[in-house]
Amino acid sequence: MSIHRKITDSLARNRVEFVTTVPCKQLAGVIDLLTSDDRFLHVPANKEDEGMGLCAGAYMGGKRAGIIMQNTAIGVTINALVTLIQYYNIPLPMLISYRGEVGEKVACQVEMAVHTKGLLAQLGIPTYHFHRPDDAEELDGILAHCFMARKPVAILMDASFWGGAK
Amino acid sequence: MIRSDIIRSILPVIDDALVVCNIGLPSQELFLHGDRPANFYMLGTMGLASSIGLGLALAQKAPVVGIDGDGSVLTNLGTLPTIANNVASNFTLLIIDNGSYGSTGDQPTYAGQKTSLAAVARACGCNHVVECRAEDTARTLRDALDGGRMTVIVAKCDSGNVPVPVIDLDPAVIRHRFMQEVVRRNAE
Ligand SMILES: [Mg+2]
Repeated sequence: MSIHRKITDSLARNRVEFVTTVPCKQLAGVIDLLTSDDRFLHVPANKEDEGMGLCAGAYMGGKRAGIIMQNTAIGVTINALVTLIQYYNIPLPMLISYRGEVGEKVACQVEMAVHTKGLLAQLGIPTYHFHRPDDAEELDGILAHCFMARKPVAILMDASFWGGAK
Repeated sequence: MIRSDIIRSILPVIDDALVVCNIGLPSQELFLHGDRPANFYMLGTMGLASSIGLGLALAQKAPVVGIDGDGSVLTNLGTLPTIANNVASNFTLLIIDNGSYGSTGDQPTYAGQKTSLAAVARACGCNHVVECRAEDTARTLRDALDGGRMTVIVAKCDSGNVPVPVIDLDPAVIRHRFMQEVVRRNAE
């Protein structure tokens, strides 16, 4: 089974029905699958903080929601994370393409990668780093934990995880 | 008429709707004049009321009114293409356009100058966009809710504020009682 399919199946098993995305090259496969999978309502966002608003609304409407984005988005979304998602105790799994790690070809991506974990730690956001393809097995537990705790969680998925760091 | 007059005028109209209200004075005015569990007050995060409203409308059946401002829509302008392309027939976005950032001291916005938010919404692909005068807002909102199709209303009014107290509810309480109300309205 493809890594993309493992991710969408895990989301569905955990009753995530509403997904918003801002694309990244590493996420293309997952976004393709989501769009054609009628287990999900996929609403592409123009910016990640807008996506977090959509997710907050969907969650309050009774649908578990998640966001798929690149780690550069952490820089865009700190205010939304703190004053909406965390302040109102809204669960939000963030499936994050972790650009700028080993295997990266675009030097500028490294600039955000070196801050990614520090920013998430500063925000008190539980953070999981998927490095090997088998790490996807942990996603079920992480999603359950997220909705139990009613907190945002970050799942950082690097180039090695996606199989692109060869 | 100023924004606070509009908010008081629409209270009888929004009875059957879930309301997501913009940060700052709009939420404080709605809280003061018509608090109820079906109101979701934004205490932070300028710009996301329309996004929260759309997500809510797409996720469940009850009618949703997003009360937004010109400054907040300008700060999250990407919301209008998303609204246009993900049509929720139970969603009405009411933009109270006083041409200023009211909550921060009435600094002028571009919506009060050369930029027409109604024209922007149409250009983004929103099919039903109505611009109205402040005094026609309640009637226009009633028509939109009765129409059963996604509508963006731009209500033009004067800038200006009246003193209102801050909202003394805990955010988790606002969210919790709102979600209970969502469940109740969807069970009806
Ligand atoms: Mg204004």
